[in-house]
Amino acid sequence: MEFYLTALMIGLCLSMMSLGIFITMKIFKIPDITTDGSYTLGAVVTALLLPLQLNPFLVIPVTFIAGGIAGALTGIIHTKLKIDALLAGILVMTALYSINLSLLGRSNIPLINIKTIFSYFHPFNNETYDGLIMAALIVLIIVSLLAYLLKTDFGIAMRATGNSDSMTRALGINNDKMKIIGLAIANSLTAFSGYLVAQYQSFTDINMGIGIVITGLGSVLISTAIINWLGVANIWMQLLCVVIGSIIFQMVLAVTLSLGIDPNMLKLVTAIFVLLIVSIPKFLGRAAG
Amino acid sequence: MIVLNNINKVFNSGKANEVVAIKSLSLTIKEGEYVTIVGSNGSGKSTLLNIISGAEMPTNGTVNIERNDVTRLVEYKRSKWIARVFQNPLSGTAPDLSIIDNFRLAALRTQSRGLTIGVNADFKKKVKEKIAILGMGLENKTEQPIGTLSGGQRQALTLLMGVMDETKILLLDEPTAALDPRSADIIMKTADSLIEEHKLTAILITHNLKYAHQYGSRLIQMSEGEIIKDFDNQQKKDLPLTDLFSWFI
Repeated sequence: MEFYLTALMIGLCLSMMSLGIFITMKIFKIPDITTDGSYTLGAVVTALLLPLQLNPFLVIPVTFIAGGIAGALTGIIHTKLKIDALLAGILVMTALYSINLSLLGRSNIPLINIKTIFSYFHPFNNETYDGLIMAALIVLIIVSLLAYLLKTDFGIAMRATGNSDSMTRALGINNDKMKIIGLAIANSLTAFSGYLVAQYQSFTDINMGIGIVITGLGSVLISTAIINWLGVANIWMQLLCVVIGSIIFQMVLAVTLSLGIDPNMLKLVTAIFVLLIVSIPKFLGRAAG
Repeated sequence: MIVLNNINKVFNSGKANEVVAIKSLSLTIKEGEYVTIVGSNGSGKSTLLNIISGAEMPTNGTVNIERNDVTRLVEYKRSKWIARVFQNPLSGTAPDLSIIDNFRLAALRTQSRGLTIGVNADFKKKVKEKIAILGMGLENKTEQPIGTLSGGQRQALTLLMGVMDETKILLLDEPTAALDPRSADIIMKTADSLIEEHKLTAILITHNLKYAHQYGSRLIQMSEGEIIKDFDNQQKKDLPLTDLFSWFI
């Protein structure tokens, strides 16, 4: 049981990143892999600031800004220097590895005996359930804020940019600016995931972000399948599906591990799992067609 | 008012595949004029329209819109005067967004897009009334993604979207090329009445000589990047359709 609650918790924490990837991949149609770097960046910022006895809630805006800068950099390289988005992301991600390492000073920092965001709220007097409730509350707030943003006039312009750039240009929308802002929002959410996970697992490790983008992609693909299957049109519900996709992804990994697979094989299992999610609908489509 | 002064446009300058698309072209289009442009493929019609909209920058020469020098102004900034309908019905709308969201963006073409929700009951009512004019029954489908509509319906909506916000100039780049004859007729009639109602300055590129003859207050023929015929309203009225066909023989 504990095992699946852990998966649920990690799924909730990583759903912020999945929302970020949903924004870049589904709304802007940009393949952004700055994720690996900005996720670690969020965790690094957390590991540096929390031991200073800072209120964890005050660290949240710093995490968002740090991730936002990373995303904006990718956006600027992509739009202003006309460099492929994938390459722009790789460049920033690679640069962030050194930045994260020099900020952290060593390869990992434990966060033990520190007041974290999960130690403020005790409705159950049970560490696991209290943590889950806190994480669920945070997810609910972020999903609501994001859903509101996407419904505003600005949000409609954001959604149109990835959909038809000839149309948005003709309607006076600065596509480059939109993409930069979109990548900044996405990566600030990713950094926020790093912030949550670092506090949940009580340490920040320089390598914790490696391959995390695959987890996010997998979660978004699962959620897209749900969205298409149920025909979810409401943007609020779509974002909620992304959170559910993130939880399902972690649950599947938990099941896999519980079957006794060597943890060293976890990344391989993750990659194969994502491959399956991507390919199964195509096979099914072929069989049906 | 649009003033083009001595425009040249060269693609792939200095290379083996150099193309001179526009050759020292000057053109003044007065307020409220409705110009139809005909010409064979490669005559420079679309390039000319792109230079006005800002999608292409001229190699040299100047572009003036409403007495502003916009020669170096990027496309999205020129949209404060210009509304456009593209040849491809997919280009003028965002397919995954609902009709109402598409109209919301069109209503904000010249304004900033803020962090408030603008699609409210008032706005929905206003859009439904506008769409009802088309008589296509689309007013009850405003929450539907615009991508689920036919090309003709999307072109008709793109036209309406053009006048949702303040507009001076309407550029129509072969708006009926991808449509069946009936949809094409609806588009042309709608365009004509919107141009008249909103007193727009309009340019229509078309390969349909019947439309070129029927609509507009001025007729231009282009060939190899130059204007070779320029008929004013009276000359255009006096021109028999058969003569127009003979221009292309």
